Amino acid sequence: MDITIILDYLIRGLSLGSVYAIIALGYTMVYGIAKMLNFAHGDVIMVGGYICFFAMSGLSGNFEEGSMAATVVPAVAGTLAAMVVCTILGVVIERLAYKPLRQASSLAVLITAIGVSYFLQNAALLLWSSNPKVFTPVTGRGSLQVGPLSVSYVTLLTIAACIIIMLALTAFTSKTKMGKAMRAVSEDKGAAQLMGINVNATISLTFAIGSALAAIAGVLYMSAYPTLTPTTGSMPGIKAFTAAVFGGIGSIPGAMLGGLLLGIIEIFAGAYISTQLQNAIVFAVLIVVLLVKPAGLLGKMVQEKV
Amino acid sequence: MNSKKFLAFTMAAAMTLSLAACGGDSGSASSTGDASGAGSTSTVESTGSAFKIGGTGPLTGTAAIYGLAAQRGAQIAVDEIQEAGGDIQFELNYQDDQNVPETAVNAYNNLKSWGMQISLGSVTSQPGIATSVYNNEDRIFALTPSASSPDVIEGKDNVFQMCFSDPNQGLASAQYISEQGLGENIYIIWKNDDVYSTGIKDQFVAEAEELGLNVVGDSTFTDDTANDFTVQLTDAQQKGADLIFLPMYYTPASLILTQADAMGYEPAFFGVDGMDGILTMDGFDASLAEGVMLLTPFNADAEDEATQAFVAEYESRYGETPNQFAADAYDCIYALKLALETAGCTPDMSAEEINDALVEVFPTITLTGLTGDGEGITWDSTGAVSKAPKGMVIQDGAYVGMD
Amino acid sequence: MNRILHMKKSTRSSLFTYTLVIVAYVVIQLLRAFREGGVGSVLEGQLVPICAYVTMALALNLVVGVSGELSLGHAGFMSIGAFAGCSVAAALQNTVTLDPLRLALSMVLGAVIAGFFGFLIGVPVLRLNGDYLAIVTLAFGEIIKSLVTNIYLGVDADGPQFSFLSNNNQLGEGGIELIRGPVGVTNSERIATFTAGFVLVLVALFIIFNLVNSRTGRAIMAARDNRIAAESVGISVTKYKMIAFVTSAALAGAAGTLYGCGQVTFTATKFDFNTSILILVFVVLGGLGNMWGSVIAAAALTILPEALRQFADYRMLVYAIVLILVMLATNNPTLWNFIARIREQRQEKKEGAK
Repeated sequence: MDITIILDYLIRGLSLGSVYAIIALGYTMVYGIAKMLNFAHGDVIMVGGYICFFAMSGLSGNFEEGSMAATVVPAVAGTLAAMVVCTILGVVIERLAYKPLRQASSLAVLITAIGVSYFLQNAALLLWSSNPKVFTPVTGRGSLQVGPLSVSYVTLLTIAACIIIMLALTAFTSKTKMGKAMRAVSEDKGAAQLMGINVNATISLTFAIGSALAAIAGVLYMSAYPTLTPTTGSMPGIKAFTAAVFGGIGSIPGAMLGGLLLGIIEIFAGAYISTQLQNAIVFAVLIVVLLVKPAGLLGKMVQEKV
Repeated sequence: MNSKKFLAFTMAAAMTLSLAACGGDSGSASSTGDASGAGSTSTVESTGSAFKIGGTGPLTGTAAIYGLAAQRGAQIAVDEIQEAGGDIQFELNYQDDQNVPETAVNAYNNLKSWGMQISLGSVTSQPGIATSVYNNEDRIFALTPSASSPDVIEGKDNVFQMCFSDPNQGLASAQYISEQGLGENIYIIWKNDDVYSTGIKDQFVAEAEELGLNVVGDSTFTDDTANDFTVQLTDAQQKGADLIFLPMYYTPASLILTQADAMGYEPAFFGVDGMDGILTMDGFDASLAEGVMLLTPFNADAEDEATQAFVAEYESRYGETPNQFAADAYDCIYALKLALETAGCTPDMSAEEINDALVEVFPTITLTGLTGDGEGITWDSTGAVSKAPKGMVIQDGAYVGMD
Repeated sequence: MNRILHMKKSTRSSLFTYTLVIVAYVVIQLLRAFREGGVGSVLEGQLVPICAYVTMALALNLVVGVSGELSLGHAGFMSIGAFAGCSVAAALQNTVTLDPLRLALSMVLGAVIAGFFGFLIGVPVLRLNGDYLAIVTLAFGEIIKSLVTNIYLGVDADGPQFSFLSNNNQLGEGGIELIRGPVGVTNSERIATFTAGFVLVLVALFIIFNLVNSRTGRAIMAARDNRIAAESVGISVTKYKMIAFVTSAALAGAAGTLYGCGQVTFTATKFDFNTSILILVFVVLGGLGNMWGSVIAAAALTILPEALRQFADYRMLVYAIVLILVMLATNNPTLWNFIARIREQRQEKKEGAK
């Protein structure tokens, strides 16, 4: 086996995994705090992709072809626009669809989330048509040559973004007041309320952050795999959910680790075993891991109280 | 019974009742041609002067692009015919099947209760296999624009295809590659949860062996893994492939082209009719498709008047360039018109009478359609189409004929 | 009347469910027999799938409602049942010529095989809790889909032939291809009938009610309500959860066979995550543990997308909105309080009258 090829696959796995990881972070935060599986998360990614696509194609005409500004300005503006729209969307969804169900069973919330997911997909179909849009990578197309390896700028940006986001989130939840409030709410809603924490505001904030991350994930995912359709978000959504559980749902480093491993396993399973059974292998690994560590790789096993 | 259950029950009951009411409404409404509110029916009043044509296709979901294209292509033909006047007029009703056989059968039944006299079958293969059986049992003539699996027409005397069958495409592709000497080492990437892709690939492999083409390997993907193709491309590169055969639709194909480019891997690519449409994708960098070859019955850049008029009309209505699904569906309507004229059918005939007449007449007609390459389109009595596939190569963002 | 009122709640509920199903069956059969156009061609075509989905919803309700475990991969069992059952039905085409008998045999076999897989999957899965169990069932559903997509099964005079990943079967003269990988199964005849579906629903109800209202059922529910307390009184939680899970898988397998034998063609991709979710929606909407709720929800939600066809392009959007609104409405505390108040008042009036 050629070492260059193995390294090449590893980098591709890291790149795919980083995207899964960013999406999984959104899943895991929402799960940690609202104890709900937000199946509409994947579709927020799709919305982010579309917003960025339209912002970029709207702006790119205004700059000189090939100049630095022509790449950077639309990309940054597009990403910001996607983040703003997705944040608003996330908060609105939470207010309208999930908040009234705060007291309901988690299954009721799950079904509602699925309804929201169908809604977003079909609204996107009506608004933006089924004809796929081809996304221009935010970094432009090009790659860095490291010895025999060629690593695309998108890959570099994705991995870097993933690390930065994880560090920032960790700092946010452990250092800032709001972050601490989030942790408190996820630990015990009632007690947090008694301590004077505004639980509803904290949950809204979590959805806002999760959705903004989904927008970033959308932009990066579309940069790496540039075909955008109304159903683009659903499969990465499910994979990222798997990744979040893989790493231990509720845990931020867990989501990161789970995402990266899932991406790497997916690529290597396809490369060395069978592309026909790629997904089967990914899920089989997941099952084995959960059997050995029932709460995921970095998850805490909560002792049941009697 | 506790209160919760009681409410759930009342709601469910209310829902069912209102649905039943809806069902009744839609039945009576559409018979007066009012279902055009749906946006999927033509404006021709159903006064018995128009043939009722129905078709199913994915209008929502992952495959919506194909169903919508067919619906729109057919609608343009219906409207043109109406504008031109004449004895034969159509009323078109397309129903969503989400590319699921079960839903397609529901959609078909819906059309049947609407009073469908002639069917456009289904747009995609798997639903097409299902609905064609019902077409055959109910004796409603079907001409499918694009359900290309041979299973769709096999054993059914009244189901015809407008598109090449999958094995024929595989066969033609292998022959074309062999004749033109396009590649020494051929690699195939195909979609292993898809009837269309599998059908073409199987026949291609068989024919390639016959012709002595060197197929160095193949690999697959599914709907769930249709994002990362680097594994497949690296494998092709390792095996020294200089031509990659892509029996698939253009959405995954565009990703393959993009990722091959990012890897700096530049083999020749050869596609099938599903590849048509790649140049019309919003935002697609046509330079990536430079040199891609494909066999397609339709070319949106063709110079002839009919094609240009159709493309202009489609673009002005829907803001997109039509693909082969739209063109095939457009041709279907004209083929039916020609056949009905030849057979002397009138709209007051029953579906079965029309069916019997069309089954007789279809193998005898020749249609000069958009997808016929000037030589015309004919059918044999099994329902299979015969038309010349065009070998195209993409140069400077446009198709150029290869021979 | 008095006797019905004084029946045990569980008996009353099961009696009501049986009545509901039987009345629905009789009404539909009468309409089909005596009304011109029957029940309409759309509903006519949906009768068998509705029965299959109702059975699926009942089966899943046993796991989610009664046993309290969230399964996101139940379509996998349906898939196994559909492929196994329909293969048997096609293979026996010339041996057993009586259609209902052949269907019954296929369903039993579909149920047994799906139940066996349920057991295999249950062994590791039921050790997990809550959402982890959900994701593992999801994973199994996906694995089953991937594997079945690559199965090629044929039968000829020399017996069955099987190959995996690519079709290497060399069938002799008169051989039948039962499963054709990604192309799935194409039935030459559809032997599943509405009556067969009705019988399956009754059988499923019978099995579930007998299980739930037995000692075993009470143990299952005890394990659901408080695992530790149940264990402390000597209930083997895993064993009872396994009983519920395997029963459910077997019923899902039978439903799959019914579904498959009623379709012209189906593929492994039909039984994906979305289908699992769809069934879960039936269960949650009908009420956890509430069997007649599942029956109504499954039937209503299968008809709903068809009834929404008049909305054309907006059909699935409207479906999504209806789904969200129904979830919000059925879980709205204000509404519940309001209803509870009215009922209280009525109760008081009644008591006052006495």
